[in-house]
Amino acid sequence: MLEGISNFLAADIRTATAILIAGLGLVFSEKSGIVNIGGEGMMLTGALMGVVGSWQTGSVWGGVVVAALSGAVIALIFAYLTITVKADQVVVGTAINILALGITTTLSRVIFGLNTSPPKIGSFSPIAIPVLSKIPILGQSLFNQPFPVYAALVMVPIAYFVMFKTDLGLKIRAVGEHPKACDTVGINVYKIRYGTVIYSGLLCGFAGSFVSLGLLSFFTENMVAGRGFMALAAVVFGNYNPFGVLGASLLFGAGEALQYRLQAAGTNIPFQFLLMVPYVLTILALAGFIGKSQKPTAGGVPYSKE
Amino acid sequence: MIKKSNTERAKEIVSALYYPVIAVVLALALGAVIIAALGFDAGNAYASLLKGSLGSKNALAETFIKATPLIFTGLSFAIAKRCGLINLGAEGQLFIGGLFATIVGIYVTGLPIYLHLPLALIAGFIGGGLYGLLAAWLKVRFGASELITTIMLNYIAVNLISYFVTGPMKEVGGDFPQSSQLAVTAQLPKLLPGTRLHAGIIVAILCIIFYYVFLWKTSKGYETRVVGLNPGAARYAGMNINRNALLAMFIAGGFAGLAGCSEIMGIQLRLFQNFSPNYGFDGIAVALLGNNTPIGIFISGILFGILRSGSNMMQMTAQVPVSVVQIIQALVILFIVGREMFNFSKKIAQRKAAIAAAKGVE
Repeated sequence: MLEGISNFLAADIRTATAILIAGLGLVFSEKSGIVNIGGEGMMLTGALMGVVGSWQTGSVWGGVVVAALSGAVIALIFAYLTITVKADQVVVGTAINILALGITTTLSRVIFGLNTSPPKIGSFSPIAIPVLSKIPILGQSLFNQPFPVYAALVMVPIAYFVMFKTDLGLKIRAVGEHPKACDTVGINVYKIRYGTVIYSGLLCGFAGSFVSLGLLSFFTENMVAGRGFMALAAVVFGNYNPFGVLGASLLFGAGEALQYRLQAAGTNIPFQFLLMVPYVLTILALAGFIGKSQKPTAGGVPYSKE
Repeated sequence: MIKKSNTERAKEIVSALYYPVIAVVLALALGAVIIAALGFDAGNAYASLLKGSLGSKNALAETFIKATPLIFTGLSFAIAKRCGLINLGAEGQLFIGGLFATIVGIYVTGLPIYLHLPLALIAGFIGGGLYGLLAAWLKVRFGASELITTIMLNYIAVNLISYFVTGPMKEVGGDFPQSSQLAVTAQLPKLLPGTRLHAGIIVAILCIIFYYVFLWKTSKGYETRVVGLNPGAARYAGMNINRNALLAMFIAGGFAGLAGCSEIMGIQLRLFQNFSPNYGFDGIAVALLGNNTPIGIFISGILFGILRSGSNMMQMTAQVPVSVVQIIQALVILFIVGREMFNFSKKIAQRKAAIAAAKGVE
């Protein structure tokens, strides 16, 4: 029983990590007033480039760097079109997702071929933290995890601190609420928004690499499977607060972990209904959260100086 | 009413075509660069794409076959957009529409074709419509943004179809995860002997006409457009925004459901998993390129149909992966939605104003 709980928690934290890392990036772009629905595409790009980078450099870390940078490049395109050109953020984001799907599918076919078996790629291995990993129940699930899990958990308080206790965080939040007022006091709205969007791209790319290298160690078409959208939902459900994002990610991760667990346990429920659990949970979370979310006032609206 | 002169009308047409043409040309050019960068012969790729889509009677028929679901999903995105909603759920609504049509097509028997065929189509429309309505209801009742709920519903729909074709609807005695074949009376009749061209394109054209009549000739459609353009004014005029959102998403889902119908009842003739190669999302490009207008959606549906049907030939003869077409479509959307990049007259005017202002300061 205890072991079951520990296993479940471990699986939950692992599946939540990709959503959490992406969410910790998206929370900044959302707060600055940019709705980045292209996070899914940035994750997908990161997932492929993580595999390619890891394969080419022979190291998982090389994969992470390449993945994060590729996410940032996609984010730069998104930022240019939504901030400089002032195009509709949702439509650009959707196009970015389609673009990423096309690019990753095409590239993976060109690089890996259709029928050849995928090359051996280094993936993240669990790192047991001395002493702490021996704590009953929590030890194994919290302190015997691959690196990105620790990175994500450490980033939560840091993101909170930056967002709510620093000058930069204040500027980011202000730009999302009152861009015009920020402009008059000399805050460069465009610069802040470019910064947050590119940061969200970096983290989405990193999160994507954890999807391909952390859970499965290979790339398949459209493998991110909505986690980018779940990360966005986690930001909304987490009330634009990094700790809230953590909670929401764990909830959505639990859906996925539960699904694996039930499949392994061999229930009578058809597996397709288990596969639906994370998506249903996301909808329920959004629907059960009416009007309580502090959406940035200027969210989704392009800023124009005149 | 003042009659427009011919030159005025010509000017209007030119300005309406300016951005779409730029977007398509640039997307194809950039697509060629990408194809070349991947180590393929771009000229050969595009030549085989054209040959595979327009080069023969059969190729042309295939282009119309591919254009049919694209017109439906284009209409789906467009009507929601006209009401100020973003429907990213056409893919899921398409699947549910296909499911409903299959149920009627298989389990309702003994009807003549003139009853069975429309019944299956209506079932598909209602199935997709209800699925669209679900997203709208979650929005108006609970404030859940349709952006995320529609996407989540897509994944749920895919799994639902998977369940039905492996479970209760699996062909008796069959080896594959698919339903048995639709009754002949529920199959869309073939239009051109020797090809797969089916009557779905006629249904699509009827839907374009319905789209036009509903939005511009009925008071409900007028309300839909006002709500989309200016919700504040609509509320002030006493229009019920929520009810309009529900109606628009029902019709949007219905159109997408018909895309599923045309695939199942015209081409596949049975239900199986993932029978749509992303037609739902392609509809976004179709609607945007067509500027949400009836004629525009028809033309851009055909255009993307050409890309889709030619891409198979492109893969066969030039070895370029079909997914390149997806890149080109995404680029078209980006160039359309970022059209201000190409608003050179405005840029020149701004520069002139800046120079004039600078001179004034001196």
